[in-house]
Amino acid sequence: MSALEELTAAYLSAKADPAFQADLAALLRDYAGRPTLLTEVPRFAAEAGGGRVFLKREDLAHTGSHKINNVLGQALLTRRMGKTRVIAETGAGQHGVATATACALLGLDCTVYMGEEDTRRQALNVARMRMLGAEVVAVTNGSRTLKDAINEAFRDWVTTVETTHYCIGSVMGPHPFPVMVRDFQRVIGVEAREQVLAAAGRLPDAVIACVGGGSNAIGAFHAFIPDDGVRLIGCEAGGDGLATGRHAATLAGGSAGVIHGMRTYLLQDGDGQTLETHSISAGLDYPGVGPEHSWLHDTGRASYRAVTDAEAMDAFAVLCRTEGIIPAIESAHALAGALQVGPELGPDALLLVNLSGRGDKDVDIAARYFGHVTGPAQ
Amino acid sequence: MSAVAGAFRNAAEQHRAALVGYLPAGFPSVPGAIEAAIAMAEAGADIVEIGLPYSDPLMDGPVIQEATRRALAGGTRVADVLRTVQAVAGAGVPTLIMTYWNPVDHYGVAAFARDLANAGGSGLITPDLTPEEAGPWLEAAADRGLDPVFLVAPSSSDERINLITSVCGGFVYAASLMGTTGTRDAVGGQAAGLVQRVRGCTSLPVAVGLGVRDRAQAAQVAGFADGVIVGSAFVSRLLGAEDTTAGIAAVRDLASDLAAGVRDSAVASRSRS
Repeated sequence: MSALEELTAAYLSAKADPAFQADLAALLRDYAGRPTLLTEVPRFAAEAGGGRVFLKREDLAHTGSHKINNVLGQALLTRRMGKTRVIAETGAGQHGVATATACALLGLDCTVYMGEEDTRRQALNVARMRMLGAEVVAVTNGSRTLKDAINEAFRDWVTTVETTHYCIGSVMGPHPFPVMVRDFQRVIGVEAREQVLAAAGRLPDAVIACVGGGSNAIGAFHAFIPDDGVRLIGCEAGGDGLATGRHAATLAGGSAGVIHGMRTYLLQDGDGQTLETHSISAGLDYPGVGPEHSWLHDTGRASYRAVTDAEAMDAFAVLCRTEGIIPAIESAHALAGALQVGPELGPDALLLVNLSGRGDKDVDIAARYFGHVTGPAQ
Repeated sequence: MSAVAGAFRNAAEQHRAALVGYLPAGFPSVPGAIEAAIAMAEAGADIVEIGLPYSDPLMDGPVIQEATRRALAGGTRVADVLRTVQAVAGAGVPTLIMTYWNPVDHYGVAAFARDLANAGGSGLITPDLTPEEAGPWLEAAADRGLDPVFLVAPSSSDERINLITSVCGGFVYAASLMGTTGTRDAVGGQAAGLVQRVRGCTSLPVAVGLGVRDRAQAAQVAGFADGVIVGSAFVSRLLGAEDTTAGIAAVRDLASDLAAGVRDSAVASRSRS
């Protein structure tokens, strides 16, 4: 608790400090590449019911995803607290890479915990982290994926809390993480709202994002929450389909409980044991979800749907071919959502899709999936 | 007076610390764990903690992680944990369940408290439940006469120690160091200081856990605490044994050794109420 109390105090102080905010804004602008583009994608939109579709280009941020927004904030906070070491968990590796990046930039020691299963399917990201000077620890307990990496990071933190900050990568975990990470990510929606008004003269009918832990989605949604006419649609990892039990669709298929220090929805069995999850995308393969999403779900402000692996890969291919953008497989879940929502809303609809990351890290998996290459994974 | 309080009172009257032994249910099997826990009690454990195996044991080190993983893989269910409590408590030793919160939350707090009490259980040790979130449990515990045991750590502020001890019943679990369960070469240097701070807030017995693995360490801790909690050392004996019988014999031996340890530092000048 004392680590969390210390962090909460430091965060609130930083939040109110113009110098901290200025330092963060400068890094986001001069290092991360903000503001990111808003790109209209008419050829993709033609496949999505014929309305207008805009992509918020978090894929163009430095390190290739929205994760940089959060890690720069938490790295500055680490320095502000006088700590010299950062640890992180990572699923797909994007948050791990982003954390290693921020640590290299600010001269902080870095250790990233990654499920052994994930180190295999996202091997290039492991290499990136090491190149950036981070230690990568492959976690061999449990299901060897994201939730186990989180467990191991907590175990480290409980022992090293005096020198170490645990840089959680999503809007999950004990307070203050869900609100702090959301605050660092809400720049996405703040920019996008301004940009779409400038580009289209009106607000979108729907903002669509993929949901794993929920950080890119809450970042995209938050600025629009007060806009009653704007639907907020989260797309979860449906894996092989909800009915098969092989998925990671927490809100669609889970129930309320306690995991990783938060009360939220999670995928659990009759005894309250956490279930194993399955998704083609490592970054969405988490059995919990950020509590703010649970709140938006329960109050009806946002709706959440499960997108299967097949639907996501189909959307992945559509974006590649229609717009020349290779999305992250995680983000492809949001694109699949747009392909469904567009026809639901009709040809006058305006959709804003958060393209949370680029697909360079997924080329191997996607190439194998589509049969462009054969043989064992590199 | 609760059974747990009685056990501490008993130990105090003998001018020694109480020995609290932990074993997870379901490892190496449900009956095997029951036999091991009873052996532990027969050989000198004054109180027994039965661990509820959980998929995400954040505060556990590799030894307990492995044992609980095997228990879950072997099909151990919450009902088995309650059966274990029934059998162990039935052998005459105060028995608590040590559990992460979600399984209790999912079961239903009132229902769990009822079933725990009906099984003869004495209370719950809840490492990841904060007093702020414990309302329903505290109510149910009071209803059913169960002891709610919370943890304090070296990093806990005086304010938090005050808050935590104000809702504790039975005893206060003082984690000897900042870390996970698991035996160490030396018991945390921060333990004695933590116990002092806890004693400043409550007259409840204070038991120290995390890291104790042998008679000498038990004696050391018994020199400043009301109870010595040992978990991973017992679990290691079971993990390292050729078979269940050998494992249970090793558990029995360790319990005798530790029981001697908590008597080694029985000092006339110990002040206990």
